[in-house]
Amino acid sequence: MTSAIHCEGLTRRYGAVTALDALSLDVPQGAIFGLLGPNGAGKTTLAHLLTGLARPTAGRATVAGYDIATGGVALRKRISVLEQQPNYYTWMKGRELLEFTGQLFGLRGAALRSRVDEVLATTGLSDAANRGIGGYSGGMRQRLGLAQALMNRPEVLFLDEPASALDPAGRYEILQSIADLHAQATVFMSTHILADVERICDHVAILDHGKLIVAATVADLQERYARPTYEIELEPHQTEGLATLEALLRAEPWAESVTQRQDTLRVGVRDTHAASYALAPLCARAGVALARLERGRPSLEEIFLRLTEEPRTQTAAQTPTQEVS
Amino acid sequence: METFSLVGYRTLLIKELREAWRTSRLPVTLIVFFILGTLSPLAAHYTPELLKGAVGSGITITSAAPTLKDAIMQYIKNVGGDGFLIAIVLAMGSVAREKERGTVAFLLTKPVSRLAFLAAKFTALLITLGLGMLVATVAAYGYTVYFFGATSALAFAAMALLILLSLTAYLALTFLASALTRSTVAAASLGFAAWLVLALLGVSPQLLPNTPNGLTDPAQALALGATPQHLAQPIIATCALIVVALAITLFAFSRQEPAATQA
Repeated sequence: MTSAIHCEGLTRRYGAVTALDALSLDVPQGAIFGLLGPNGAGKTTLAHLLTGLARPTAGRATVAGYDIATGGVALRKRISVLEQQPNYYTWMKGRELLEFTGQLFGLRGAALRSRVDEVLATTGLSDAANRGIGGYSGGMRQRLGLAQALMNRPEVLFLDEPASALDPAGRYEILQSIADLHAQATVFMSTHILADVERICDHVAILDHGKLIVAATVADLQERYARPTYEIELEPHQTEGLATLEALLRAEPWAESVTQRQDTLRVGVRDTHAASYALAPLCARAGVALARLERGRPSLEEIFLRLTEEPRTQTAAQTPTQEVS
Repeated sequence: METFSLVGYRTLLIKELREAWRTSRLPVTLIVFFILGTLSPLAAHYTPELLKGAVGSGITITSAAPTLKDAIMQYIKNVGGDGFLIAIVLAMGSVAREKERGTVAFLLTKPVSRLAFLAAKFTALLITLGLGMLVATVAAYGYTVYFFGATSALAFAAMALLILLSLTAYLALTFLASALTRSTVAAASLGFAAWLVLALLGVSPQLLPNTPNGLTDPAQALALGATPQHLAQPIIATCALIVVALAITLFAFSRQEPAATQA
């Protein structure tokens, strides 16, 4: 699959501080890519390098097929950016800002007016279009930011904490708008809100102290870092059956650990494949009535905390340069 | 090569002019210049009478009748002498304000070149200053003719153009300061410092023709129909100063990362 973003050894130093350390990464076209990392991890630096607001100390990168060092205007025609705290001209009205943005991308006349109406509707700002930006709330500014970023139908859309200033309803709407871009544009979203990434991103990378810790699809990441477990919840009042089932499970070679909490058994397994075939027959042998049998999946938050808390050298050795596609 | 591309210039210039109007920068500049222009012949004409009225009837003040030369000198003093402050105030925030309020990232990630960004800003400043000078000059010329009789409009215009050139130098120097710093106050301080340095250099009669202030004497001479002692030298020196200031502005701004933060 073609990469919308390709980085090779991308490095940025500020004096003695290495904000980004030899980052190599590929983001496939059409992906909704979430860049995760704690504060100061290098997320904004990476976004600034890829959008031409900063220059790399070493390494190279391409965005939408253009080298970030030489792409210039041709590159910027194909991308859009929504900053973390978008600031616009407060003397303008919302509609005027979008018209100005459209004109910068060469739109004129009916095509411009139609596109402005379209993005106003998409971002729910139609009613506020003729109000001064100075009177917009933080959430409205964020939505206006997304609206201006959509004006040119970008090939690659860079979003820095796009939903951080929004209330739950606004957050839902914005995330839905971003999710709707799937296959129309590649979305590069840096955030520290894991729930947002889990909700809409199909690819994810974790950055810490300027280094890439891991990059994968969300599903692969959950698979790769899953501590394979199954949860078996029985219908209430089956004390005897529960003890029988626990004993049966402990006897299986693929069962690593069995823990009980009320009516639920949590089984750590060595061999997921073997366990997935054997669990249901074992429950039948124990003669228990099942309320729930499911494979536990780790949340992105668990994976994130695990990866960013592990010694980086160990993790780096395990997961070198990642291909996300 | 993108450094010399003007992609986006027209759209940016229109935005700059609309901003100047909507934020009242342009109307206020026009009003201030109108007052400065109007005051010049009025002050020349009424100062002797005001002085007589102020000192009372016990003291006799003998003064020559005000002349066209007084009106011209007053114009140069008011518009040229105070105009540099207006030039500094106009230019101090042009680039620095975009950095301060964070809008520079919005613009520089759009398909516009940095030259277009700077050129649109400087053109808008020049238009604002030029319109101000036009208003001041028309007002001053009208009252001068009314009070002191007919004088050559062409000579008056030539004087105004030389004063405009002088003010453009301070505009360019403060514009450079605005591009170098992230604060309007710092830009204004640097612009004022540049004016001070040039004013101090102008104290020397040998150096004066090589500074923007060296345009004052030829401006006065042209307005009075005389032949200026130095004309080409201060024009060339001031133009060179403007070009160098703008070139450094482009060079410095092209290498800046005005929105980049370490994060």
